[in-house]
Amino acid sequence: MEFFDRFAVPNPTFTIYASMVAIGLTMLAILVGITYFKKWGYLWREWLTTVDHKRIGIMYLISALLMLFRGGVDALMMRAQTAIPDNTFLNAQEYNEVFTTHGVVMILFMAMAFVMALMNFVTPLQIGARDVAFPRLNALSFWLYFMGAMLFNISFVIGGSPDSGWTSYFPLAGNEFSPSVGTNYYMLSIQIAGLGTLITGINFIVTILKMRAPGMTLMKMPMFTWSALITNLIIVFAFPVLTVALAMGTMDRLFGTHFFSIDNGGMDMLWANFFWVWGHPEVYILILPAFGIYSEIIPTFARRNLYGYKSMVISIVAISALSFLVWVHHFFTMGQGALVNSIFSISTMAIAVPTGVKIFNWLLTLWKGKIEFTTAMLYSVGFIPIFTIGGVTGVMLAMASADYQYHNTMFLVAHFHLVIIPGVVFAMIAGLFYWWPKMFGFMLNEKLGKASFWAIAVGVCLAFFPMFISGLDGQARRMYTYSESTGFGIWNMISFIGASMLAIGFILIVYNIYYSTRYASRDISSDPWNARSLEWATHSPVPDYNFAITPEVQSLEAFWDAKKKGHKLFKGNYKEIHMPNNSGVPFIMCCFFFLLGFALVFSMWVVAIIAAIGIFSCMAHRSLEQDHGHHISVEEITKTEEKLGGAKK
Amino acid sequence: MTKKLILFSSIFAFLIFLTGCQSLTVLDPKGPQAETTADVIMTSIWTMLIIVIVVFILLIVMLVKYRARNQADDYEPPYIKGNKWVEIICVGIPIIIVIFLSVITVKSTYEVEGKPKGYENDEPLVIYAASSNWKWHFSYPEENIETVNYVFIPTDRPIEFKLYAYGPIASFWVPQLAGQKYAMANMVNTLNLAATEPGEYMGRNASFTGEGFAEQTFNVTALPPADYQTWIEEIQATAEPLTEDKFNQLLEPGRLGQETYTGTHLEFSPPPTTHHGAKESDGTENTEQEMNDSMEDSMEN
Repeated sequence: MEFFDRFAVPNPTFTIYASMVAIGLTMLAILVGITYFKKWGYLWREWLTTVDHKRIGIMYLISALLMLFRGGVDALMMRAQTAIPDNTFLNAQEYNEVFTTHGVVMILFMAMAFVMALMNFVTPLQIGARDVAFPRLNALSFWLYFMGAMLFNISFVIGGSPDSGWTSYFPLAGNEFSPSVGTNYYMLSIQIAGLGTLITGINFIVTILKMRAPGMTLMKMPMFTWSALITNLIIVFAFPVLTVALAMGTMDRLFGTHFFSIDNGGMDMLWANFFWVWGHPEVYILILPAFGIYSEIIPTFARRNLYGYKSMVISIVAISALSFLVWVHHFFTMGQGALVNSIFSISTMAIAVPTGVKIFNWLLTLWKGKIEFTTAMLYSVGFIPIFTIGGVTGVMLAMASADYQYHNTMFLVAHFHLVIIPGVVFAMIAGLFYWWPKMFGFMLNEKLGKASFWAIAVGVCLAFFPMFISGLDGQARRMYTYSESTGFGIWNMISFIGASMLAIGFILIVYNIYYSTRYASRDISSDPWNARSLEWATHSPVPDYNFAITPEVQSLEAFWDAKKKGHKLFKGNYKEIHMPNNSGVPFIMCCFFFLLGFALVFSMWVVAIIAAIGIFSCMAHRSLEQDHGHHISVEEITKTEEKLGGAKK
Repeated sequence: MTKKLILFSSIFAFLIFLTGCQSLTVLDPKGPQAETTADVIMTSIWTMLIIVIVVFILLIVMLVKYRARNQADDYEPPYIKGNKWVEIICVGIPIIIVIFLSVITVKSTYEVEGKPKGYENDEPLVIYAASSNWKWHFSYPEENIETVNYVFIPTDRPIEFKLYAYGPIASFWVPQLAGQKYAMANMVNTLNLAATEPGEYMGRNASFTGEGFAEQTFNVTALPPADYQTWIEEIQATAEPLTEDKFNQLLEPGRLGQETYTGTHLEFSPPPTTHHGAKESDGTENTEQEMNDSMEDSMEN
């Protein structure tokens, strides 16, 4: 029995037992369903083994939406708990677990996956490529992320959730103060998912640098591709720091090393530094692709070219460089003194300059345009005012002396939600509506889409503006409750109402997907928005090989100029297309990773060693395997093109 | 449509400013340090408000004027590449604002890190404040007393809080007197503050430390110097002495009410040897000594 005791949840409640049953039943239902409908073969051939960037993108998308649900439920529970003073809906331990998982899930498993989804789907299409540079690595990236996310999510039914905050500051996250396995889950699942992200970073840099269509020089790349390139550069520089920090943290917890402990020469402040040396660039890893998406959508629906393309490129490069020079602003209060804090204050405020340039360029893109308010456009212009408020409060937080009063308060919580939600979430939803017809060959319902925008936009304002006030009134973040005499009650109640509106907005989006899948017309053109970049030059949905003939690019807005100025994109005739083969190895290898992670969480060394051998066997298999891909014949291309509505010439 | 949203958010933004001016804790300072931060906060709010208004007005104008519905059907938007002067303005004005705020930041940061304004020449009262899960221990080395979860300070005298922790990183915060600073296990941080008005002020740990974090609060009572002296004498005459066993009991994780002792834990459980942010008292001449100390420490371990 002792062996099984360790898997027990340390703080079981009725809801956790109910969740266990629900998870068990859902798993069973999925397995039975797949078997009943004889879909195992389909699932394996078309999805689990796929190396197609579009399918991988769609799998990221589905995972992101699932994680949005998980993180969203966490958020609602937190807001419900704090809505009234001295509430007993959650106890302190439950609340601590919920805000920890909310942060990790939303940042690492929802927002990152959403960014990856759109980057995977769109980037190769925008540069006229047939896939990414290393398709199989791309599958590996996805499955690493997926297994990391799953490992993290099972924590609350097996062994207990992490509870030391998404930042997991040591010594709080060390064995002495966090004895449950929760923080092991944190270390290992983020490690596994982080490896996937790092691999994606390398993959996309190579893809964008080496696989652009002929004629597409760097300064003719669409803005989203630029942002993807810079984002992946940041990933490659920032993620190794996280990898190392997590490895050190894992060793502290599992093997008794003393990197971050408070005795035997350990340095707890080192973790905070490592975490934010990765953590701050991470914020820009999320927001730059979002900026890229806005830079695609705003010109499309303003029916005008992007204003100041060159300054847009320069500003994202500047932001990416500055993002590595500001990490100390996350702990101005650590006592490094006025000089250090002054330097980091100034470098932080400097980021406002390139960001401001981008805001003004989007505003000037609207100038003399012919603006059409589609759902995607609504989210994009709704982003500007809310993000501006989030952004200027960021400048206020950057001022070290004032930050001594904002630090660790609801003011900070309000700030980062008001940049991340309009900055990242609005962009992802806008991108979802915008590229959905390219992904699936039908459009999402506009009416439901606009309704979701209003619910979410008003919800965000209601949920987070009151936090500025309660923060300045002295409400620290991460407090599971407060007494009535503090006067925080009213602000938290408004927040709860806002959070509920946000939930309604997200439910509307999910319902929209269901509704449109059932009822939307499949008879749409390949360019339903009258857009400007290359992904709209091929069919919807996109064939396996993306473009039957590789496009040739002459200008920045290649597709727009093909439509307006008669530039010819596709020259010559069909030729045989060389495509990569599917492979089950990434999936199998990541199952071993999952097993390895799980075994390490519970210090089951034999299982861990077996899993590690499995991982290395998969790598050895890959090294020795002969796989030259396959060729799509001219006849097959002709047939596919005709089926999709005629050749693109 | 977007107008509504903008109106909505600006009303909210204004709410913050209006309610913020007087009644909010952080903006109701009772000492020079908190006054400095409150001034910086208000200045930055007004400066930022200008930017917000400019962006909102530009956005509304663009969205209304250039909406497809408000234009001729055959209108073709022009191709506009960019304009050197527009871009210089877009870069230049933010740079000026950032420089303005940088000057304020650097000046005020030095101010709040140093001795409180107006008390530069006074001898500060040193109080050690140590956090443990989930309590605050205050030691008065000169007066030789120790309190738990509450602290009395004299008004009109600079106070030097020496911060450290038994356990996770905590953040010492008395919003009406000064901003936060971390209390950590491996070094001592110094927080300077002074109270100009007698009164009771809320103090708390602002940095998450686990289960009892929400209740890790303390009371700060500022008394006129004479009353403060009376209080000290009273404690010295009536309180129990603090023994090492008793202190170890206090350190056990959990919540405690307010407690008072004579003697301090500094003798048998001294604070960490590394100091940060205390230039005057622990200047360069001490550094070598400290390094030797800590090297000896690690050798022993």
